[in-house]
Amino acid sequence: MIRDITLGQYYPANSILHKLDPRVKLLATLTFIAALFVAKGWPGYLAATIFLVVIIRLSRVPFSFMVRGLKAIVMILMITVVFNLFLTPGDKILVQVWKLKITDVGLRTAIFMAIRLTYLIVGSSVMTLTTTPNDLTDGLERLMGPLKKLHVPVHEVSMMMSIALRFIPILLEETDKIMKAQIARGADFENGNLIQKAKNLVPLLVPLFISAFRRANDLAMAMEARCYHGGEGRTKMKPLIYARRDYAAYGVVICFLAVIIALRVVL
Amino acid sequence: MVQAQGLVYEYKKYDEEGRETEVTRAVDQVTFGIQKGDFVAILGHNGSGKSTLAKHMNAILTPTGGTMWVDGRDTREEDKLWEIRQRAGMVFQNPDNQIIGTIVEEDVGFGPENMGVPTKEIWERVEESLKAVNMLKYRHHSPNKLSGGQKQRVAIAGVVAMHPQCIVLDEPTAMLDPNGRKEVIRAVRALNQVEEITVILITHYMEEVIYADKVLVMDQGRVVMEGTPREIFSQVEKLKSYRLDVPQATLLAYELKRAGIDLPDGILTREELVEALCQSN
Repeated sequence: MIRDITLGQYYPANSILHKLDPRVKLLATLTFIAALFVAKGWPGYLAATIFLVVIIRLSRVPFSFMVRGLKAIVMILMITVVFNLFLTPGDKILVQVWKLKITDVGLRTAIFMAIRLTYLIVGSSVMTLTTTPNDLTDGLERLMGPLKKLHVPVHEVSMMMSIALRFIPILLEETDKIMKAQIARGADFENGNLIQKAKNLVPLLVPLFISAFRRANDLAMAMEARCYHGGEGRTKMKPLIYARRDYAAYGVVICFLAVIIALRVVL
Repeated sequence: MVQAQGLVYEYKKYDEEGRETEVTRAVDQVTFGIQKGDFVAILGHNGSGKSTLAKHMNAILTPTGGTMWVDGRDTREEDKLWEIRQRAGMVFQNPDNQIIGTIVEEDVGFGPENMGVPTKEIWERVEESLKAVNMLKYRHHSPNKLSGGQKQRVAIAGVVAMHPQCIVLDEPTAMLDPNGRKEVIRAVRALNQVEEITVILITHYMEEVIYADKVLVMDQGRVVMEGTPREIFSQVEKLKSYRLDVPQATLLAYELKRAGIDLPDGILTREELVEALCQSN
């Protein structure tokens, strides 16, 4: 059923990572990505690997789910590796085929680049796999809070994001319904070339948009009827409050960053 | 609780230059009063102005003429807007378009969050409201996976959590199957009888009206009949002229009576009909 699709890629499980405050996870992911670019040499990457393996173990999410995120970037990964491999100048030439040569420096850069990109994707997958989309928007709203002073509508944006998340499955189902209704009347969504296919989508999109606007109108009325008047004076049912484990997590992340920096400076 | 005095509302259509081209009077000189704790049903066929009237009761629309009071507050006073909306909650027709949360309990908490209720109390309110509509065991579910009747009960819980004195339901059962309709009406009646919340039910299903304390019939923006369900449904001919049906038992009794069987007026339920038929024999 189209309604059963899960948005984002949340993997429900009962782990310490799932229970962490979303703000911690967001900031930790950013720190981890920064650390990947700070790290230098084998010891640095070894530290990052250990950190990542421990985190994945703690998350209790099957490893196959982490790897799934990599599929999307396989092409980019290949291109980066190939370019680094062949086009980096170096002292020692290892292999030379026609004008393309692989140097020792090139080989090292290519391997590090591949590790960096893979860890980056796996690291951020850990965050999206252990955090519900709603928690993520909540966390973002709180982290972006200071931007309110610059008149950035932080609350409104996060409210829009969570409403969008709620309505995507409903609109998908509606698309399905309209499509079936049109097919029953002889519409053809499958044959023809690209332009024809695009043209055939018009009778699908028009009713979909009309109904989406009608829904938006109804929803706005229902929200107003329930006293919604923006973020001001609003309390939270599930306020984000740091627990002891969140501070501990911050501690761990800072230690990790310190180790990476230390390794870079010392070596 | 809810009082209308000479209420008028006009929908205006404008052309491209902003001139009025057409004025439709959706509500026309309506006057009524609803007491605290009442269960009032408003009947009318499509376009009779009943939904427009309902939207006045929590100040989504403000009257073009006349006055509407909700718990002693004039709906045109803007600084009392949130007080009015908290006192008179509203449930709409389409269950999908009024659920905001991605989890049942989050949706029920939406109203209290907006009112600025402290976190701990929100949780208490959410729990008691879900209990009141018998949906507590679905609290962690996604609304997308519930049936229509269940969704509508969640929507009612969302209003109950705001501790209203009055709930206005605008055709809450129009998009539901018969079982869903029963669920919703049962929940509404329980709220009225146990929690003593004033209920204003707008509907065109006659079976839902028989439990009401008072019925208003609307036609072309006016209130044309007012009385107890028994008084209203004894006037079958008049109801037909407003393009409204009567409950099946009432209709059968009416036809039997016309065929010459001696039956009392205003039979509402099947049981009453059976009893009357047994006695007339």
